[in-house]
Amino acid sequence: FYLTPPQVNSILKANEYSFKVPEFDGKNVSSVLGFDSNQLPANAPIEDRRSAATCLQTRGMLLGVFDGHAGCACAQAVSERLFYYIAVSLLPHETLLEIENAVESGRALLPILQWHKHPNDYFSKEASKLYFNSLRTYWQELIDLNSGETTDVKEALINAFKRLDNDISLEAQVGDPNSFLNYLVLRVAFSGATACVAHVDGVDLHIANTGDSRAMLGVQEEDGSWSAVNLSYDHNAQNEREVERVKTEHPKSEEKSLVKQDRLLGLLMPFRAFGDVKFKWSIELQKRVVESGPDQLNDNEYTKFIPPNYHTPPYLTAEPEVIHHKLRPQDKFLVLATDGLWETMHRQDVARIVGEYLTGVHHQQPIAVGGYKVTLGQMHGLLTERRARISSVFEDQNAATHLIRHAVGNNEFGTVDHERLSKMLSLPEELARMYRDDITIIVVQFNSHVI
Amino acid sequence: AAGMFLRLLSDVRWRAANPKWRRMTCFRRSTSSTAEPHPVPLPAQAQVVICGGGIMGTSVAYHLSKMGWKDIVLLEQGRLAAGTTRFCAGIVSTARHMSLELKMADYSNKLYQQLEQETGVKTGYTKSGSISLAQTQDRLISLKRIASSLSVMGIPCEIITPKQVAQLHPLINIHDLVGAMYVPEDALVTSANVSLALATAASRNGVQIHERTSVSHVLVQKGRVTGVETDRGQIQCQYFVNCAGQWAYELGHSGEEPVNIPLHACEHFYLLTHPLKEPLASNLPTIVDPDGRIYIRNWQGGILSGGFEKNPKPLFTEGRNQLEIQNLQEDWDHFEPLLSALLRRMPDLEALQIMQLVNCPESFTPDMRCIMGESPTVRGYFVLAGMNSAGISYGGGAGKYLAEWMVNGYPSQNVWPLDLKRFGTLQSSRTFLRHRVMEVMPLMCDLKVPRWDFQTGRQLRTSPLYDRLDAQGARWMEKHGFERVKYFVPPGKDLLDLDQSKTFYKPDWFDIVGSEVKCCKEAVCVIDMSSFTKFEISSTGDQALESLQYLFSNDLDVPVGHVVHTGMLNEKGGYENDCSIARLSKRSFFMISPTDQQVHCWAWLKNRLPDDSNLTMEDVTWKYTALNLIGPRAVDVLSELSYAPITPEHFPSLFCKEMSVGYANGIRVMSITHTGEPGFMLYIPIEYALHVYNEVMNMGQKYGIRNAGYYALRSLRIEKFFAFWGQDLDAFTTPMECGREFQVKLEKGMQFVGQEALLEQKQNGVYKRFTMFILEDHDTDMDLWPWWGEPIFRNGRYVGKTTSSAYSYTLERHVCLGFVQHFDEKTGEELVVTTDFINQGEYEIDIAGQRFQAKAKLYPFSSLFTHRRRKDEVELSGYQRE
Repeated sequence: FYLTPPQVNSILKANEYSFKVPEFDGKNVSSVLGFDSNQLPANAPIEDRRSAATCLQTRGMLLGVFDGHAGCACAQAVSERLFYYIAVSLLPHETLLEIENAVESGRALLPILQWHKHPNDYFSKEASKLYFNSLRTYWQELIDLNSGETTDVKEALINAFKRLDNDISLEAQVGDPNSFLNYLVLRVAFSGATACVAHVDGVDLHIANTGDSRAMLGVQEEDGSWSAVNLSYDHNAQNEREVERVKTEHPKSEEKSLVKQDRLLGLLMPFRAFGDVKFKWSIELQKRVVESGPDQLNDNEYTKFIPPNYHTPPYLTAEPEVIHHKLRPQDKFLVLATDGLWETMHRQDVARIVGEYLTGVHHQQPIAVGGYKVTLGQMHGLLTERRARISSVFEDQNAATHLIRHAVGNNEFGTVDHERLSKMLSLPEELARMYRDDITIIVVQFNSHVI
Repeated sequence: AAGMFLRLLSDVRWRAANPKWRRMTCFRRSTSSTAEPHPVPLPAQAQVVICGGGIMGTSVAYHLSKMGWKDIVLLEQGRLAAGTTRFCAGIVSTARHMSLELKMADYSNKLYQQLEQETGVKTGYTKSGSISLAQTQDRLISLKRIASSLSVMGIPCEIITPKQVAQLHPLINIHDLVGAMYVPEDALVTSANVSLALATAASRNGVQIHERTSVSHVLVQKGRVTGVETDRGQIQCQYFVNCAGQWAYELGHSGEEPVNIPLHACEHFYLLTHPLKEPLASNLPTIVDPDGRIYIRNWQGGILSGGFEKNPKPLFTEGRNQLEIQNLQEDWDHFEPLLSALLRRMPDLEALQIMQLVNCPESFTPDMRCIMGESPTVRGYFVLAGMNSAGISYGGGAGKYLAEWMVNGYPSQNVWPLDLKRFGTLQSSRTFLRHRVMEVMPLMCDLKVPRWDFQTGRQLRTSPLYDRLDAQGARWMEKHGFERVKYFVPPGKDLLDLDQSKTFYKPDWFDIVGSEVKCCKEAVCVIDMSSFTKFEISSTGDQALESLQYLFSNDLDVPVGHVVHTGMLNEKGGYENDCSIARLSKRSFFMISPTDQQVHCWAWLKNRLPDDSNLTMEDVTWKYTALNLIGPRAVDVLSELSYAPITPEHFPSLFCKEMSVGYANGIRVMSITHTGEPGFMLYIPIEYALHVYNEVMNMGQKYGIRNAGYYALRSLRIEKFFAFWGQDLDAFTTPMECGREFQVKLEKGMQFVGQEALLEQKQNGVYKRFTMFILEDHDTDMDLWPWWGEPIFRNGRYVGKTTSSAYSYTLERHVCLGFVQHFDEKTGEELVVTTDFINQGEYEIDIAGQRFQAKAKLYPFSSLFTHRRRKDEVELSGYQRE
């Protein structure tokens, strides 16, 4: 079975999306030129989600990737809801009041977000009322709390993350008379999702990360070469600080059982996540909710299964780690991607491939023989590879697509091998997940002229 | 090798007194980054100042000093041979398409061969030979054409099979080859050392050489060079020679009186490798693989390989400091296609270790030919530059020609194809040059087929009718920047695209031009000939007539309204220009010359007309649109449009009249067509052009009028044995040699330029004779077409070359025009060519190695045509209904 290059392209490009910030929108010139995003499923259906939106009542742009596990329900809910929570957290008191008054008096609501969505990125209609009510409760509380202080972005991000996770948890506990919704909120709570969200406002870049997706800044050095700067820490067993944190939050007696086989309680890869109430609720609460829940939930072995050594919940939090970065002229782009990308590619390669893609071919670093011993054959091989790389650049109009092409199709020399690409993309559904994970990528391009 | 030759040559005594000069110079060089004291002060004056110490400058100095000029100063801004010359690949190849270039290369080869013996400087001269490979049949044809030219020049060469190639070179993959050309006497040199050897010899002959001296500009007074300004002071001089290579353009523009030297540099890459395990023999032939766009020579046991890529990188468009040449980057990605071609040609080289990728700028010119000669605007300002990467091959010959030019007033060969005056200001725009050289550089390797046109830098000069003609299917070519119609593609008919139409055989437009010719013969055609150069010369008294009578060979003292065909001859009786002059009034003349004469003819006349404010000359080329109405019905069209009698009694041949055509008044109508066919040239003030064209086309409809192009014109004039200047005629051809004695009035009562030479020829006979050949056993559909430059054989012996050719639709045969010489069978001495000699021979024309029988004629078939035309007139009534 063999896919032709056009077939490969149609698979790779099925989910691509690009957004260009209008250049002269009459307001401030944006520090963001635009973004490219794409995702390639390995699971069926895909469990990754992505979101992008411009804040309308405050300045700035929000972009995020969400990696779901145990189903896609949680990732879907977070992708729909999180940015509203963030936007609301950022709103000044007067705006919140205005919004509340509008809702109260049935007037038209000020739009809070302008979404930039691929047609496949859907919102659940059925749950919108439920979600809205939870959000409204949140802003009402914010109004009541009125601290009078200007909103700090970092704090707003943390609050939004925590509040949404809390709402997810609560909605599942309370349930809903509508059986469809009741099942939905339970699925959302029992599945999980990591989130990596960027908020860009002028030169201020905030990354809020929960879980093992990653944000990376592409930096062009003075000599034209590309380097990568991490703007997030993975919350998993490879992160010693994170392992330490989990350990300090639980009694010493559990130390050994907390992290097993690089997983939380031997089960979960990310150490922070939305949903996953199985790692957050007490055993009693879990049992009660499952028993009173719909049959589908009861029949599900996974939901009924209580993690071993489950003594002092919660073991999991949705609280993000937030990193603030002041953009510099050499910061050319930001890559947000789920672990599906980072498993296959080193960030240095990501920086180079995207950097070369965005700046065009001619900025490929020149080769110099210098004092090295290079034969004509070796040089020829090297140049042919570089040419192949260039030709693959021309195939893609989307940096994220280009990155996926490399992530899936790269051979040992770091160039796209069509045969490999074809094989990887034609794997049957049940096998795909063995060879690769869902990949979701957003590449944000910065406007160095403004920075 | 590069380190050793950079030394101060100016102080020969110092070098002679110091036996360790080599080591010393190396030392000096490494510590000489800061300003070095100049040991020898500049002279205050000299006869000649040469700017540029590369192969061109040193060659000019060498030859000038050999010819006896001693008072010469050569200035070099850096070190001798440190520019493009230093980076040159050092291949001396005679495999050239144009016989003039071939001659220059041949001379260079012979000069370099003995240079080491003459000067003691090691030039690295090795007679390695060269093999040009053909991957396609068309390429092989192209090589065979060159081989024919080389053979008649006495340069050994051979068309060989791929197997023979493998025997000559052990590393070559021959699987994709169809053949090759082997030139065993081509050579390799270390080009910088050749330049140094020439400098050494020149220096011994008294030429003063000063390095580290930059010329900032040239001083000009009253249109003459008076001196140069340098960073070390002024030198007064009578002659200045600009051999500044890629900086020649800027140097030309640095003075108050700009001298346009249209050239532009491109990056050029070649590869140097370490030696092979078994080092390559130094006499291994150089490989040129034009289809792979590469050349490969042995270099210190390894190879040197470069090429001419399809996507050249022009540089220094903004003009830059010469030091930048040192900092050019290697660009391996750019070199990749050439490296691939190299490894395909020599797969065993894979394991060979790279030493360096050299990036050396080369200068290219708008027509791929080098630039030499005197500036048309500044007398005494000579130029030799723009070598299109063949500097070392041409260096010796070009230097010799330029030296002859300066010393004798003209070189020993016709160098018009290389003359600076073929260009004007119109080719000196940076944008034009940048675009054009990007086309020229790849052409170095492209197949050179007949009738190819440059695609870049087009639509610069156009007739006001351009859009009208274009909309009617015109296909264009360019001459001196002017767009001219080749032919008109009828609606609904499609021609091959540019690349596919390249052929050495019958072209796809054959029938199209055939029908245009037919229409010219039987009805009437319009050809836009606005590109012709047009001057008006007038005076208050008789000055104009007197001056022109002196400068032109025919008698111009004709009644007002007459047109005279005449040559503008040089002292040797050769054609500097061939033109038609109409006497507009007693005191004013209208002169029509070939398109590319605009600069040359202007300069020639300017330099020779008396400095008299009552005598004026004006270039009115741009003021008139010229329409050529060719054909037997032209007379009908014109008489209907002008309501004037145009019959031969009222409007005889070679007559000029101002008349109205349609509403437009003041149209200069001349009864000439430049083809020998009946008809009229209409010189129309440009604002009337569209009106007159429309009127002519409307009125002409009932006479079967149609548009035609230059290809039809060409076919017509060649079958009528009409010679064209620049193609058939040149400064080395006299009217006597081309059967135009009738255009010379030796007895016109006053002296004229060239008169003596012509008188002598008249007495002693001519040494070459313009002859027309009709190919006999040539199959137009199947055989290779003649072009020009084909060798002519008489009774099996070489007697000359063709200068132009065309298919005659009337004769249904190919016609070639060319010159026949008579070489003594034993001594090779040139003998007088008599009519009998021409008539009593069996002729063959060699087209790419294949000989075709040809019939020689000294007169055209005019009587035959006249007869036919009468007959046709009867048939024409039927034609109109078509």
